[in-house]
Amino acid sequence: MAEILEFFYTNKEIIFIVILSVFLGVEVISNVPAVLHTPLMSGANAIHGVVIIGAIIVMGHAATTSTMILGFIAVVLGTLNVVGGFVVTDRMLEMFRKKSKKK
Amino acid sequence: MDDLIKIKETIAFTLGESVLEISYVVASVLFIIGLRMLSHPDTARRGNIWAAVGMGIAIVATILFHKMDGEPIGNIGYIIAAIILGTAIGWIIALRVKMTAMPQLVSFFNGMGGGAAALISIMEFPHISEGLVQQYGMLNGEVLSILLGLMIGSISFAGSMVAFGKLDGRIKDITTPILRYINIALLVVLVGFIVYIMSLGQINPENIMYLVYIMLAIALVYGVLFVMPIGGADMPVVISLLNSFTGLAAAMGGFLYNNQAMITGGILVGSAGTILTILMCKAMNRSLTNVVIGAFGGSASGAEKELGAIKETTTTDAAIMLNYSRKVIIIPGYGLAVAQAQHLAHELDKLLEENGVEVKYAIHPVAGRMPGHMNVLLAESDVPYDKLVESEEINEDIENVDVAVVIGANDVVNPAAEDDPASPLYGMPIVKANKAKNTIIMKRGMGKGYAAIENHLFYADNTKMLFGDAKSKLQELINEIKQL
Repeated sequence: MAEILEFFYTNKEIIFIVILSVFLGVEVISNVPAVLHTPLMSGANAIHGVVIIGAIIVMGHAATTSTMILGFIAVVLGTLNVVGGFVVTDRMLEMFRKKSKKK
Repeated sequence: MDDLIKIKETIAFTLGESVLEISYVVASVLFIIGLRMLSHPDTARRGNIWAAVGMGIAIVATILFHKMDGEPIGNIGYIIAAIILGTAIGWIIALRVKMTAMPQLVSFFNGMGGGAAALISIMEFPHISEGLVQQYGMLNGEVLSILLGLMIGSISFAGSMVAFGKLDGRIKDITTPILRYINIALLVVLVGFIVYIMSLGQINPENIMYLVYIMLAIALVYGVLFVMPIGGADMPVVISLLNSFTGLAAAMGGFLYNNQAMITGGILVGSAGTILTILMCKAMNRSLTNVVIGAFGGSASGAEKELGAIKETTTTDAAIMLNYSRKVIIIPGYGLAVAQAQHLAHELDKLLEENGVEVKYAIHPVAGRMPGHMNVLLAESDVPYDKLVESEEINEDIENVDVAVVIGANDVVNPAAEDDPASPLYGMPIVKANKAKNTIIMKRGMGKGYAAIENHLFYADNTKMLFGDAKSKLQELINEIKQL
């Protein structure tokens, strides 16, 4: 029990962030028209590419060749997620924009 | 003098650190604003760009200012090389792929993120901080974040790749009831591994790397088997689910590095993705467990009814019928996407409008392979935004529709969803094409839809079938109407 309390106390900021982020995520997504489900999923997909930061950190401190190689792959994968995700989303949304302009 | 240098160094250190933290705050805020803007049609595109800017800030700040135990980021040349390589590949793939292939592309990029998260865990496991292990043994937050990141990341990677393969038509469904039990067993084993590793007490993590590799292998297998039995119609739900998984995996990395940008970004996507998944399930009237555990009930075929006879029609008849209607609705489905017939559909609708026919598109929320799939597709071929009407709105006035043209859709117009409680589709909102005065079904053959359920609409008295490839049949229709 004491460990749990201690864990809670030492990690209170993170626990705060997590709980607030969960609610924020729910709040932000609610009331989305079905039209935007696909671009929204794609945009969210790009945002979790933030994992690339972790990949950069690992690679930035890689000491052995094997971690260098794995780190390199991780950074490439992360970049693919970020760049691909944002570009695809932009391509989808570009078509919506064209529409509203014509009106 | 020495003291002065020291002070200077401390200032430089804290300055960099603060800039880094400020950048992460800015990045997090931009993610949130971006997501928010993405949920409105007018602001969506800018929202996407804002989120991308946030990501750029976070990445640049990390490279420049991140320090671990006072050590700045090294290997910068290689890191930048990797980023350039990833950018080039990602950009080219994203620009080259056809609009119809968007769903599998989202799945592919999602898998990349999952893969990155899994790799991070593998590399960090041997470096779990000694202090923590000495104090708490393996039972600490770092180990948990790493193992969860590994598990979720690999499942997301393998699952997304299978989903990609399925949507791309490279992988077929495998549905055996045994798979369900295998999957549950694998999941139990994975959790067991985590519990076991964490119970090992004070141990050098490097010595149990083999356990991590075994776990990786099991998680990959689980990811594959998890998506394998899920039917194509449920694929959007699965991709959305895997999307939120990757979000969680990214957040695990955030816990590990105590990195706020990763935590907010990851958790935000995790929770938003979960909600999106649930919304999609609701649109199809299916529960999430149903999607994940039970493949569409192929056994329950519903109450057998007198089916009647199929009435085939010709393009000439169909053209006349359409041209002399007042109100026509087009109900597109995945078949339209497969046949790449969206431009012709628009041409047909323009032609009819010129001849004084009112044409609208009825968009079912889950028509196609992703929610909004049809909107994207039709938007691509310049169909005005306001002609795309959601199915509920169409249904209100469906009795006044002279002809409903169903192009490559099946389950979303199946009346069994309304009147046959035994049908697995029962309760799903549909476009009530059966209530229109006439219905023309354009279809390649008598095959069943993804749900593999008989569609009584095809046998109804006012339904005419027009068999053939959607693209060539639409072209024929257009030619016929032009000649009228």
